[in-house]
Amino acid sequence: MTLIRTPRRAEKNAERGAVSEADWRRPVLRRSLGASHIVMLALLVVWGIGPLLLLAKFAVTPTQDILRTPLAFFPHGFAWENLDEAWNDVRVSHYFLNTIAIAAGAWVSQILVATTGGYVLSVLRPRYGKVLQWAVLATLFVPAVVLLVPLYLTILDPPVGPSMLNSFWAVWLPAGASAFNVVLVARFFDSLPREVFEAARVDGAGPFRLFWSIVLPMSRPILGVVSVFAVIASWKDFLWPLLVLPNPDLQPLSVRLPSLQGSTDMGVLMAALAISTILPVVLFAVFQRMFLRGAGLGGAVKG
Amino acid sequence: MTSYQVVQIIEPSGRRHTPADWVRRGGLSRLAFALPLLVVFGVFSWLPIGRAVVMSFQETNLIETSWVGLDNFRAVFADPLLGQAVRNTGWFALLALVFGYPVPLVGAVLMSTVRRMKGLYSVLAYLPVVVPPVVAVLLWKFFYDPRPEGVFNTMLGWVGLGPFPWLQDQTWAMPSLVLEATWAAAGGTVIIYLAALTSVPAELYDAAEVDGASLWRKIWHVTMPHLRGVLLITLILQIIGTAQVFLEPYLFTSGGPANATVTVLLLIYRYAFGQSLGSDYGMATALSLLLALFLGVLSLVYFRLTRSWSTS
Repeated sequence: MTLIRTPRRAEKNAERGAVSEADWRRPVLRRSLGASHIVMLALLVVWGIGPLLLLAKFAVTPTQDILRTPLAFFPHGFAWENLDEAWNDVRVSHYFLNTIAIAAGAWVSQILVATTGGYVLSVLRPRYGKVLQWAVLATLFVPAVVLLVPLYLTILDPPVGPSMLNSFWAVWLPAGASAFNVVLVARFFDSLPREVFEAARVDGAGPFRLFWSIVLPMSRPILGVVSVFAVIASWKDFLWPLLVLPNPDLQPLSVRLPSLQGSTDMGVLMAALAISTILPVVLFAVFQRMFLRGAGLGGAVKG
Repeated sequence: MTSYQVVQIIEPSGRRHTPADWVRRGGLSRLAFALPLLVVFGVFSWLPIGRAVVMSFQETNLIETSWVGLDNFRAVFADPLLGQAVRNTGWFALLALVFGYPVPLVGAVLMSTVRRMKGLYSVLAYLPVVVPPVVAVLLWKFFYDPRPEGVFNTMLGWVGLGPFPWLQDQTWAMPSLVLEATWAAAGGTVIIYLAALTSVPAELYDAAEVDGASLWRKIWHVTMPHLRGVLLITLILQIIGTAQVFLEPYLFTSGGPANATVTVLLLIYRYAFGQSLGSDYGMATALSLLLALFLGVLSLVYFRLTRSWSTS
C-alpha cells in the first residue's frame, strides 16, 4: 500500500543523508568526499556515455577506419553515407516501423489489461476477486523460461482461431499477461481515496463512467510508468519475436540486427545499431523521472 | 452470534443463486472489466504453465502426441552437455555476483552523499539499461575484437597489456560475457539501492550523531542495516535472473568456444528450436521445469535461512 508514496517521501527527505551539515564543515571529509564524487562522476561518464559515444562515432566512420584504428579521431573524415545506407539499402527504416508497430500494440494490450484488471481487483472487488488476485500473483513466481515452449505451441495452435505465427498478435497479446503491471496498477488504485468513488456512485455514475472519468484521470502517474516500461521492454525484446516472427519482413530491429552482422559493412552495421538506440535514449532523456521512479518501484514490488 | 448476523448471512446467500439478481447487481459489468485479464492471462499465462507440466511427460511432433512417462527427464539427464551447461550457468551467476553485486552498492552509497547534480549521477548510471540488449551485445562483440587493433586491446595496449583473445578463448569467454551483462544491468540495481537509501529515516542519523558516531559508523550501523532487506532481495533476484541467461551466450559466442559458454537456457533453446537436433519440445519443457523447480527450492531455502536477519 505504501508503495506509491515511497518516492514522494523520499524526495522530501533527500536533503538528509548519512553526511550531516557538521560533517560537511570538516575540511578533510569535505575534500575527500568531494574528490571521490568527482572520480565517480568521471567513471560514470566513461561507463554511461563512453560506449554510446563510440557507437555514435563508428556510425559515421568509414569501415576501414573502424577496423584499423577504432579509437583514432576520424583520420580519413566522416562517412555520413553509413546512415543513409543503413536506413535505405539495409531497410532499417522498414524494421524500425515494425518495431514501432510491435511496441505500440504491446503498449495498448498492457495498458488495457493492467487498468481493467487493476480496476476489478482494487475497486469493483467481485466475489471471485481474491482468487483472481492470487492467480495473477502466482504467475510472478513462475520463471519466464517455463513459458517459452508451451507459449510458443499456444501461438502455433491457439484454443480458438488460426495460428498466430508471423502475426504481430503473437507478440501483442502475451505482452498483456504481465502480473507486474496488474499489481502495480491495482496497488495504485488502492491508494486513491474511496470517498471520491462513493461520491461518484451516489451521483449515479456506473462502473464504466467511474472507470473512464474518475479512476483513469487520477492514475496518470502510474499509467506513465507502465507505458514507459511497456515501450522499452518491447523495444528490448529479442527471443520472443525471434521465435514467433520467422518472416524477416515482420521482424523488429532487435531480431534483424544480428543477421546484419555477416552481410554488411562494419560501418553500416554500426549505423544500424546507432539508429536502434536513438529512440530509447531520447525517451529516457525526456522521461528521466518516470524511468528512475519506475526502476525504484521495481525493487519495491519485487520486495 | 446474534440473530441479526444469522439473518445477514442467510438472506443474501439465499438470493445469490438467481442469475437475474447477479446481473441486477452489476455482475455483468464487473465480469466485462475482468474479461481482458481473464482471457489474456488464461490463454497466454495460466494455460501454458499448466501445459508445461503436461508436456514434460509427453512426446509431440505437433501432429501426434503420446505419453512417455519420465523419458524426457531421462533424456535430459543423459545429455552429456547438461553437466557442462549447469557448470557454465553457475559460473556465469557467480561471476555476475562478483562483478555486479558490490559495485552498485558502493556506488549507490557514495552517490547518496552527493549534494549537487545528484540526478546526473543516476542518469549516467542508468543509461546503459535503456540501450537495447541486442545493440549492447553486438557493440561489445566489436569491442572484444581479438586483433591488436580491437577497441579493448588498443586501450589495454596503451598501458602495455594484451592483446587478449576475449571471446575466442575458453577461459576468457565467460568473464567477457559477464562484464557486458554487468554493464547492461548494474544501473537498475543502483537505482533500487538509491530509492532504499533515501527512505532511511533522518532521525536515525540525527540520533547517531548525538551519540557521536563518525561518518563510517553511521554508514555501517545505520545505512547498511536499513539496506539489508533490499540487498537480500536483489541478491536472490539476480541469481534467478542469471540462471536464465540466454542473450549473451546466444549472440556473443553461440555457446562456444568448445562449449565454454553453453548455458541451461541455450540448451533448452537448442532442444526446442535448434535445427541440428530437431524439435524436442518434451525434452525442452522437462529441462525448463527442472530449472524452475531448482530456482523455487533455492528461493525457499534462501528465504528460510535469511528470514531471521532480513527485517531491518
